Amino acid sequence: MSVQSKEFNESATRYTADLTHRGWIQKALAGYYVKRDEFRNRYQSWPEARKVAAEVKWEAVNHLDRYLEEFASKLEARGTKVFWAPSAKEAREYIVDVARQNKVRSIIKSKSMTAEEIHLNDALEEAGFEVVESDLGEYIVQLRQEPPYHLVFPAMHLTRKQISDLFHDKLGSEPTNNPEDLTMIARAVMRKKYCEADMGISGTNFAIAETGMISITENEGNARLTTSLPKIHVAIVGIEKILPKLSDLALFLPMLATAGAGQPITCYNTLYGGPRQPGEPDGPQEFHVVLLDNRRTELLADAEQRDALHCIRCGACLNVCPIFKNVGGHSYGTTYQGPIGSVITPHLRGLQEWKHLSSASSLCGACTEVCPVKINLHHHLLHNRRNAIHEHFSPFEKIFQQGMTFMMRHPGLYKFAAQMGRLAQPLQRLVSGTVLDPLRPWTKTRSFPSLAKKSFRQQWAERKKS
Amino acid sequence: MGGAKEIMTNREIILGRIREALKIAAPHPAFHDEPGEASPLAVSPEKWLPPVAQSLDQQIELFQKNAEDLRAEFRACANVSEVAQHLKTLASAGGWKKIGRHSGELTDAVARELGLPEVLTDNGYAVNDLESCDAALTGCEALVAQTGSVMVSAPSAGGRALSVLPPHHIVLARRNQVVPDLSVALQRVQEKYQDKFPSMLSFISGPSRTGDIERILVLGAHGPKKLTILLLP
Repeated sequence: MSVQSKEFNESATRYTADLTHRGWIQKALAGYYVKRDEFRNRYQSWPEARKVAAEVKWEAVNHLDRYLEEFASKLEARGTKVFWAPSAKEAREYIVDVARQNKVRSIIKSKSMTAEEIHLNDALEEAGFEVVESDLGEYIVQLRQEPPYHLVFPAMHLTRKQISDLFHDKLGSEPTNNPEDLTMIARAVMRKKYCEADMGISGTNFAIAETGMISITENEGNARLTTSLPKIHVAIVGIEKILPKLSDLALFLPMLATAGAGQPITCYNTLYGGPRQPGEPDGPQEFHVVLLDNRRTELLADAEQRDALHCIRCGACLNVCPIFKNVGGHSYGTTYQGPIGSVITPHLRGLQEWKHLSSASSLCGACTEVCPVKINLHHHLLHNRRNAIHEHFSPFEKIFQQGMTFMMRHPGLYKFAAQMGRLAQPLQRLVSGTVLDPLRPWTKTRSFPSLAKKSFRQQWAERKKS
Repeated sequence: MGGAKEIMTNREIILGRIREALKIAAPHPAFHDEPGEASPLAVSPEKWLPPVAQSLDQQIELFQKNAEDLRAEFRACANVSEVAQHLKTLASAGGWKKIGRHSGELTDAVARELGLPEVLTDNGYAVNDLESCDAALTGCEALVAQTGSVMVSAPSAGGRALSVLPPHHIVLARRNQVVPDLSVALQRVQEKYQDKFPSMLSFISGPSRTGDIERILVLGAHGPKKLTILLLP
C-alpha cells in the first residue's frame, strides 16, 4: 500500500465518522443544487448544449498542436511573452526569474488551481517573495496554511466562526458573525495590496486560439484588479485549456457558471490579449503566458481517457459525488479533488501511488451525468483500476483468483468449501471484528451475513423428493 | 560524439509530445449516445442556450430583468439631463465627493451636468487617486440581453481598472448597444476591432460578489458594491 493510500484511508476514516463535517458539507451544497437546476432548466436544451461542448473540446484536444501554435503566435504578435513549460519545475523557475529580473517587491495572486498544482507559492516564498492570495476563499486557506478544500469553493469546509477567529488571530480584527463584515475585512486588506503589488499572477479558464486571448472567470473582481494595476502580469495556462474560436465562449461561459456554481453567468468573464496596448491608459507593461504541460501529454497519449483533458474545472462532479461529500476535499491529498481528481491524478503523479483513488468510488455515475463536457468519469475510474492491475499484478491476488476459479469449476469442492464455511462461521462470530478475525478488513466496520443453513442445491433436492 | 544535434526548444519538446500522443485517434464523443448521429456542431449552440426574443424592446426588457436579478440597477432615461438628474440623487445619497471617468461623448455630457470633482483616466492616473473615488462613470461595448451582462473593453471603459476599482460603477449605454446574446456581442467587437483588439475585454454581470463564507452571497467582494446601468435612446 502506498503512503498516499495509507494517508487517504486514515483521513477518510476520520472524516466519514465526523457527522458535523458531513452535515456541514450537505448544508453548504443544498443551495447549489436548487440554483443549478433552476438555471439548467432555463436552457432550451441542457443535454444538447453538453453535446456541443463535448464536441468543441474534442476538436480542441485532438488538434492540440495546431491550436496551441495559433494561440501562441497570436499572443506573441501583440507583445506577450509565451513560455512553454514541459514540467512544473521549468514553470516555477521561469516565474521566479521574471520576479527577480524585475526586482519585484510584492506579488498579488488570483485563484489558480494550476499554480497550486506546481506549488508556485512555495517556490516564490523560498526565493524571498511575498505572495498574497486575493480570492477570499484562497486567502482564508492561505492564512490557515492549508490547501484548498474544493477546486471551486476553497473554504467551503469552514464556518463563519472559524473565519472570524482566524481573522482575529492573524489580522487583529474584531470578532463578528456576519459574513458581510468578514468579507469587508478582507476587502480592506486586499485594496492596499492591489495598489502596492508590482506583479500579478493569475490562472486561466479558457485559452482562445483564434484570437490569442486568455479568458478568466471570477465573481469577486480580484482577478480584474490583479491584472489591471501591477506592472507585470503572469498567467499560467494548462495546455488543455484551449478553445478553437472566440465564439465558443458564448456556450462555455454560461455552462461553466451553471454547472459549477449554480449561476446563470459568473460576475466577471474577462479576456486578455496582451500587455497594455498603445493608447490604453493602464494595464501591465509585461504580459507573460506560461503554457504548462506537466504530464498532460501523458494523459493525451491515452486515447481511451483523453477526454479527461476536456475538463473545464467547474467542480460539478465533486458537488454530486457521495465519496467527496463523505471523505471531504482534504482526504484526497491532491490538487484536484473528487471524481476528476481521482481520474487524472494517477496520470499526472503516478498510477501506483494514486490508484487507490479510483477504488474510492461507488461507480454510481453521478459525476458522468453532471459533467458539462461529458467526460466518461466513472468508466475512467474502472480503466485506472484495470491499468493498475495490468501494470503491477499482485501475485497473491492472482493465486487467490486462480484458486477461486478452480473451486467454482468443481462442484464437489465447492460443496465441501460451503460446508466448511457453515461449520467455521460460529467460531468466526466469537472473534468477529477483532485482530484474530481472518475477515477483519470487512467485519471491522460491517457485520458479515450468516450463511444459509442449507444450500440451494440441498433445498432443491429435498423439495423435489417431497 | 556523433553529428551535432540541435538542442530542442521547450516549444518543440511539448509539440513533439503532443504529436506523438495524437497518433492514436480518440473515440468521438458525438457518437457515444447514438451511432450515426449528425455532429452537434451542425447546429448553432444558441438554439440550446436560454431563449432570447426577437424585438429590441423585448430584449431590453429581458436585459433589465436579468440585470436586476443579478442585483444591478437599471433605468431607461429619455436624455442626458435625466441621466444627470438620477446621478445627482445617487451622489447625494452616497455622499460622493469625487468620481472617476474617461472622456467620451456620453460621459463628457453627463459629467458636465453633474459637476463633481473628477479623476480622468484617459492619459494615465495615480492608483490611489482612482481608488479614493466614490463612483466610476464609463461607457461600454454592449449590453447582453440573454445574461444581463455589460460588455466593456479597455477603450470603451477608460482602461482596465476604472470599471472595477471605485465602489459604484455607472454604465452609460445607447439602445442600439443592446444585443441578444454573448455570441452577437463577441461578433460585434470582432468586427469592430479586427486585428487591433483591445488588451482587455470583460463581461460584467452584476456587482462584484462572493459566496466564499458559508456559501452566503455578499456583494462588493473586491470590485464595485453597486452597478447602475443607464440606457439612453
